[in-house]
Formats: sequence, structure tokens, C-alpha cells
Amino acid sequence: MRWLALRTVTVVGCIAALAVVSKLLSANLDTYVFLVVIQCGVAMTLAGSLNLINGITGQFSIGHAGFYAVGAYVGAAWTVLWQPIAVRYLPLLHLGTPLGDTLTLLIAIVVGAAAAAVAGVVVGLPSLRLRGDYLAIVTLGFGEVIRVVILNIDAVGGARGLTGIPTLVGSGDLAFFWVFGLVVAVVALSRNLMRTTRGLTWLAVREDEIAADAMGVDTTRVKVTAFVVGSAFAGVAGVLYAHYFTSISPDVFGMDMSIIITTMVVLGGTGSVSGSLLAAIVLTALPEFLRFMQDYRMVIFSTMLVVVMLTRPQGMFGHGEISFATFRRLLGRRRAGGAKP
Amino acid sequence: MQQIAQQLIYGIQLGSLYALIALGYTMVYGVLRLINFAHGDVYMVGAFVGFYACTRWLPFKDLAAHPEAAGANIALAVVALLLAMAICSAMGVLIERFAYRPLRNGLQKADAHFWGLVLGFPITGLFMPVFSGWGPLVAVAVGMGVGFAMRPLVAWLARRVKLSESRLNALITAIGVSLLLENGGLLVFGANPNFIPNILPEHTYTLPGGVMVGSSQLTILGVSVFLMLALRYIVMYTRPGKAMRAISHDIEAAKLMGIDTDRVIAFTFALGGALAGAGGAMVAALTHVKITPLFGLLPGLKAFVAAVLGGAGSLPGAMVGGLLMGSAESFVAGSSLSMFRDAIAFCVLIIILLVRPAGLMGRHVPEKV
Repeated sequence: MRWLALRTVTVVGCIAALAVVSKLLSANLDTYVFLVVIQCGVAMTLAGSLNLINGITGQFSIGHAGFYAVGAYVGAAWTVLWQPIAVRYLPLLHLGTPLGDTLTLLIAIVVGAAAAAVAGVVVGLPSLRLRGDYLAIVTLGFGEVIRVVILNIDAVGGARGLTGIPTLVGSGDLAFFWVFGLVVAVVALSRNLMRTTRGLTWLAVREDEIAADAMGVDTTRVKVTAFVVGSAFAGVAGVLYAHYFTSISPDVFGMDMSIIITTMVVLGGTGSVSGSLLAAIVLTALPEFLRFMQDYRMVIFSTMLVVVMLTRPQGMFGHGEISFATFRRLLGRRRAGGAKP
Repeated sequence: MQQIAQQLIYGIQLGSLYALIALGYTMVYGVLRLINFAHGDVYMVGAFVGFYACTRWLPFKDLAAHPEAAGANIALAVVALLLAMAICSAMGVLIERFAYRPLRNGLQKADAHFWGLVLGFPITGLFMPVFSGWGPLVAVAVGMGVGFAMRPLVAWLARRVKLSESRLNALITAIGVSLLLENGGLLVFGANPNFIPNILPEHTYTLPGGVMVGSSQLTILGVSVFLMLALRYIVMYTRPGKAMRAISHDIEAAKLMGIDTDRVIAFTFALGGALAGAGGAMVAALTHVKITPLFGLLPGLKAFVAAVLGGAGSLPGAMVGGLLMGSAESFVAGSSLSMFRDAIAFCVLIIILLVRPAGLMGRHVPEKV
């Protein structure tokens, strides 16, 4: 019972803190900066969810934009195409009222997550037979196939993209609340995975799949679960993206996007949640600050990627995490160094 | 029937190009177990060298104005082809030396210099307008200066570099090099698509049954077959080729037998680069496609699929795989499903990896613990 109480307090506390922070930020930040903050949130979710697959389970998926696209398109298709039909039978869903908006968004999230999860199963199945770089190429291929399929579905706009999605998350504090709520969810899930017995099986698959198999870990299940959970989160990120920016097109979810998400995870250190999130922030915000470098920033990015791979193959943080303990250790070391005679 | 034969001929033309690129993938994979993602971009560089050779560097004459220059133009085209091959093989060696070798042997001082230099150039480019009156020479000098200043940064980052056995690191490095070439290409060549005007005489032959074959298609096929035969000779009957095969069999044992593996690996990249460069130059000069810095991406991926289809590491496999891929794509493009022509490659890849991961002609290597 105590466990349940603790959980409830944590969840309610998180929601309250998010609500307060979102009110504060949306009231005080410049519109443009706020937009970048939301983009950072979406990128953080994507990086965190890919880290579940690449970092924690050790599979190598580089087609994450595909799941992001499935979530965005299915979620948007629900609000644009199917919701007006549903509203006839369920007046509760009527847009414009807070209840209707929230319910519609929740359904969009569920639908988007489910569709992305199904795509995750489809992509996860090859991972049972393939390892390493072959798996990477297949996931990249799947991402591309998803994009080409979307391009050819006329109902969602094809190459023109889907526009006129009702903005259910608004453009202010509500958007921040939803997007960063999702980030918190990814972080909480990753943290719990790293500390529980169930998560241990995921880490075991990363460290040595054959040994894990020999120890009785159901590696098939672990891998498919990782793909399903990771892609579901990417799908929800897609839903929120679609309902924040109100228009989506297949170009957004191309191979570049996949590679940028992978870069976030790899730069931050595969397996390090805080590292991936930090890299997501840096890689999303940096291009905005480097606007004046327009043509050169991608060159700098790619060079940075190569140099980091050559100099720190384990990523900036490796498997380590940034936490209060890190700062304490850093401070402690300095103090100890100073106290030395 | 005639339709099918026509598509087949187009497929063979496309397929022989894919086979040329796929050979580079498969050789590198055989030697290093590395997917050289940047290979498609080497092909792009080959196309640009072909473009510049045909429009600026070499004195080609416009055929419409000077019909008598056809013979001279053909001779010049051979020179352009050789030029593209030479530059692309140098490119391949450069990529191997500064991106993949540090990954195997650890970062050396020269690598830190090189990457410092590369990091320095965008910064120089930023200040280009300041030196506009001075010309690019000053910019290059400043770039080298900034690069020299950047070197300690790279060296500092590398101070405790642990060599990683992970092939995924190699893959990410390859993706990084590929992105660097694409975006560097966007800077150097510009984003506008380029076309090469008609500089070679074109004939169309009609085969019995009404099937049309263009002379450019025959040229592409002929040059590709010649290059593949030359490659087969090099790999099977020369000393470096023998060393390549030894390394692909067992790199450690090859080292113990006194083979200078680094040199042979560089040679492999040079060969692959030359083939990709020839393919790129031919596409640029003969098929009148739009050449952009991103144009190597899709052919590169499809050629990679062709290499996997034939069996990564197997040379005949790459050729067969390339031809199959080209035909498959051309049939899909000619059917009612034409909008899926870029997706067919990945569908083929997914199916082949699920059904027969070793490819058509690859040997299956069981995993040992």
C-alpha cells in the first residue's frame, strides 16, 4: 500500500510541477524561444524512445523517423478524417470544448501509439534474425518504405502533406504540458527499466545476447517489446508534433530525421538516458543558434559526428548518467584536491 | 512482349551501374566487415567530376554546332572517365585513411591534424565574405590556420580514446562521412541540379521485334563489363588481389603472414572508388540525369541492397545482385506500381535478409561464442 501511495504522490507531484512550469514558461518566454523549447521536447522524446531500443536493449535501429511518421499520420488522420464522423455518435467529442479537445487528443495519442507499436512489431520481427549493421539497414529501409507508402496515400495528402489539423494542444502552456509530460514518461520508463529485474533482462540482451539466452532470458520477447515500446513513444511524439504544428508532410520524416535521431542517441552515449536527452536538446537548439551559419551547420554537424566517433566511441557519456551524484562527485573531488597538503 | 524486353534492356543498363557500385560495397565489406555508407557519395563525386570535365575542364565541342568533332569528343570522354576514376579512387583512399583507419588503429597525430582542418573550413567559409577581395587563397590559408588551432581540441578529445570493437561505431562513422560528403558537396557544387549537354553521338538501334537499344546503353553496359573483368583479373591473379582475398578470409592471419593490411585495405578502397567514379561519370555524361550533391544517396543504398542480395563479400554475387536489382526496379517502374520504384529495393532487402541472410552467393558463417 505504501508503494502505491508513493507512486501516486510522485505522479501527482510531477503533473503539478509540469503544470506550474508550463504556465511560467509560456507566460515569460519569447514565442520563438518557446517554439524551440517545444521542438526540443519532441526531440527529447524521440531520442529517449530510440535509446530504449538502441541504448538499453542494444539493438541497432536507425529508422526511427518511420515510427514517428506513422504516429503523426495516424493521429492526424483520426482528428481530421475520422473524428468528425465519430462526433455524430458521441457528442462528447465536440471540438472547442476542453473535454472534447482532451478526449480527442487522448484518442489520437492512443491510436497513434497503437499504430506505431504495430509498425514496431513488424520492424522488430526481423531483429530476431538479424544483428548489428544488417538490422540497422533493414530498419533504415523500413523507415523509407513507410515514407514512400505515405507519399502514395492520397487520403492523407500524399506528397502535399496533411494540413489543417486542429491544434488540440494549443500553442501555449498546454502544448508544453503534453510534450514534456511525454518526456517525463519516457525518462521514468527508462529509469525504472534500468533498476528493475525486468529491465535487467533488457540490459542482459545488450551486453551479451547469447549469454542472456543461456541464462533463460526470453530474448525474442525482450527485443520485440523494446521495439514496440520505443516505437509507441515515437508515435505519440508524432501525434503531438502533428497537433502542435497543424500540418505534416512526408519530407519531415525522411532519412535525415532518422539519422539525426540516431545521432542524438549515439552522441549522448548509447545507454545513457540523460546523455541522449542532452544531445537532443543540443542538436535541436544548436541549429537555431547557428542560423547565421546556414549552409555550414550541416557540415559542422557531420564532422562533429565523425570526430566524436573517432575520439569517444562510447559517446559523450558512455553508459553513465548525469545526476546529482555526478555534481557531488565533481565538487567532492575538487574539494579533496584542494584539501591535500 | 516488346514492352517487357524494352524494360529488361533498361533494367540491364541500370543494373550494370548498380553492379559497379555494389562491387565497391562488397569488396570493402569482404575485407573490413564494414558497410561503407559513403560509397554512394563517392559515386556522386564521380558524377560531378564527369560533369566538370565535360563542361569546363576538357575542350569538348557541342555536337549540334560541330558534328565533325564526334571522334575527338569520344577520345576526350575516355579521358574524362579516367579522370573521374582517378579522383574517386583518391577520394576512397582519403576516406579510408582519415575515417576508418583511426577507428581500427587509434587516432594518430596526422588524423587530429586532418579533422582539425576539416572543422576549420566551415569557420573559414563563414568569414569568406570578409576576404572576398582577396580571393579563395587567403580563405584556404586561414582555414589551415584555424584547423591548426583546432588540432589540439581534437587531440584533447582523443586523449584517452578506447578502441572500440563495435561495428556500429564504424557504421555511424560511415554515415557521418557520407553526410559530410553530401553537405560539403552542397557547399562546393551548389544545390542546383546540373545537366551535361549532348556531347557524344547517339544512335538508336532497333532489334528484331521492335526493341530499341541506345548507343549510350550499350556503352554503359560495355564499359561496366570491361571494368568488372579487369577487377576480376586484379582480384584473382595479382599479388594485391591475392592479399585482399587473404584479408577477407582472416585479417589476423594475413597480418601474421606479413601482409601490410593497411596498404591492402587502402588499395581496396581505391579500386572501389575507381569503379564508383566510372559509374558516376558515365551516368552524368550518357543518361542526362539531374546531378545534385544528394544524388548518390539512393543509388548507393540500392547498390548496397544489390550487394547484400548477391551475398556481401562475394564479387560475382554483387554483379548478379546488381543486375537483378536493376531489372526489378525497371519492371516496377514500368508497371502500374511505378510510384513504389524507390521502395522496391528495401522490400527486396527485407525479404532476402529474412529468407537467406547470406545472400544468393555468400557463404554462411556460423556464429561462434
